[in-house]
Amino acid sequence: MLTVLVDGVAYGMLLFILACGLSVTMGLMNFINLAHGAFAMVGGYVTVIMLNDMGVPFLACLPAAFVLAALAGVVLERTLYVRLYKASHLDQVMFTIGLVFIAMATADYFMGAQQKLIQLPEFLRGRVGIGDAQISYYRLFIVLLCGLLAVGLQFALTRTRFGAQLRAAVDDGRVARGLGIDVSRLFAVTFAVGSGLAGLGGALGVELLGLDPTFAVRFMIYFLIVVAVGGTDSIVGPFLASLLLGIGDVAGKYYVPGIGSFIIYAIMVGVLIVRPQGLFARR
Amino acid sequence: MTQPMVSPKPWWPMEVGFFLIPVAAFFLFPLHLPLITEMMILALFAVSLDLVLGYAGIVSLGHAAFFGLGAYAAGILAQQGWGEPLSGLVFAGAVAGVVGLLTGVLVLRGSDLTRLMVTLGIGMMLFEAANKMNWLTGGADGLQGVMVEPLLGAFQFDIFGHTAFWYAYAGLVVLFYVARRLVHSPFGLCLRGIKTNRLRMSALGSRVNLHLLAVYTVGAMMAGIAGGLLAQTTQFVSLDVLSFERSAEVLLVLVLGGPGRLYGGIIGAVAFTVMHEVLSGFTTHYWQFWLGLVLVLLVLFARGGLLGLVDALRKRAARGTASAAAPERAA
Repeated sequence: MLTVLVDGVAYGMLLFILACGLSVTMGLMNFINLAHGAFAMVGGYVTVIMLNDMGVPFLACLPAAFVLAALAGVVLERTLYVRLYKASHLDQVMFTIGLVFIAMATADYFMGAQQKLIQLPEFLRGRVGIGDAQISYYRLFIVLLCGLLAVGLQFALTRTRFGAQLRAAVDDGRVARGLGIDVSRLFAVTFAVGSGLAGLGGALGVELLGLDPTFAVRFMIYFLIVVAVGGTDSIVGPFLASLLLGIGDVAGKYYVPGIGSFIIYAIMVGVLIVRPQGLFARR
Repeated sequence: MTQPMVSPKPWWPMEVGFFLIPVAAFFLFPLHLPLITEMMILALFAVSLDLVLGYAGIVSLGHAAFFGLGAYAAGILAQQGWGEPLSGLVFAGAVAGVVGLLTGVLVLRGSDLTRLMVTLGIGMMLFEAANKMNWLTGGADGLQGVMVEPLLGAFQFDIFGHTAFWYAYAGLVVLFYVARRLVHSPFGLCLRGIKTNRLRMSALGSRVNLHLLAVYTVGAMMAGIAGGLLAQTTQFVSLDVLSFERSAEVLLVLVLGGPGRLYGGIIGAVAFTVMHEVLSGFTTHYWQFWLGLVLVLLVLFARGGLLGLVDALRKRAARGTASAAAPERAA
């Protein structure tokens, strides 16, 4: 029971780090970005290459994954995404699905179709027994790290000048622009941070979620669930949605393996029917 | 206004000629009949999505749900001993239509993102259900033992795919005719109004939700029949008829051809199949890369798809010859 709970929380926290960038960018520009998982994949493969082929320690790989994914994000945002903010949602969907296909084929070409494995450092291996439950250090590490990040993000969003500008822009982009806030620059920065966090999540997730070229599609649905259920106008909503999804998915697969992911989709559709704006939305 | 807004649209000679192309293809490429059959089924599937997306503006990421439902309905019926193809097709359309009607109520709520998620979620649910219901669908191994009886009691589905070809051709032509009638009816005009300005249409007294629900159901039915055609002509149903990739693929086909003009779906299906064959010819494994590239370029440079490009060229030519009347579109 406790094992399932901790596993679920770790999984949910990881999903939050992966998806929170998406929820902010979707809220900010009303842009449907299905290629978010591709940035997570960048982070994952960066970690695999650095750790396995170059012998860089795991903890040093994480910032690198963040930086490179953020870099990829800002380059694509400035060159391609920026042309599509005014386009219809259909065009945005098609464009980002195209990016996902390209990312998948590229990953397949350079890294091969098989799943990549990494060797965790010594101090993250092993488990600790609490009562009759076995909890791995790595999951605790994830809960700790992602928890800290979540608190930091919430702080940045509610207590800093940048956060205030961001919230203003999400609320009403036109008025924010009228007040002299450079929404375009704001968005580029946010997009970079969001992609970077996805990259970090991808790096952390290699061990937990598995990494292969289909990663971008496999978890796209989960990211979208987090965003759709959590709403796009705060960071608390996606956080709670991620935890709910993580615990629900782990518990579902543990207790009723017969119906697999069915529960998750059913819950999502159910939530969206009752609350089309998301479970934790203000409206 | 004395003239009625909608007059029965006559068939252009060009349109009739267009539907003679497959007949010519039958004699020109006798060795590629299964491929052409599949192309026509894909075209029908894309036309069904065009009704929902191109005319009503509902962005769906789960249209394969109905295609797959139809395929499994027709396949399971034939497997259980009812092998008569035409009634099987009706059954496939009915099952998909009923599910479309039931889920359509859910899809109508919320914004584009919510719709996207609900259609995607329903598609994934069906995929998972089919995956787990081994006893009914054969699970990941696919549905085996589909036995289809001769068409009209006379034409056996042969190994060269002759019967399958004409069967799919007839299905495409008949349903295209239905779709064409539909979009040129007052109902179709209403849909376009809703797509352009939903608020104004409801202010004019149009029952917006009812119209959207109706077209969603019809689209689901047509997709189901397309799926049924696939199941009967290949005598096999695999799990990927319900997959997300298939939903994405049909979206691509439609966007490639040009949404909102019926012929876009058919042109897109031809272009897509040819592209698939050529590209996977020299890079079997990585053709997805080129697919993605085409999508990205399409969105960046040619929003209206192939037919949109044709329109733009035609407009430029018309400007050159200074013809005053804007040429009306064929579809």
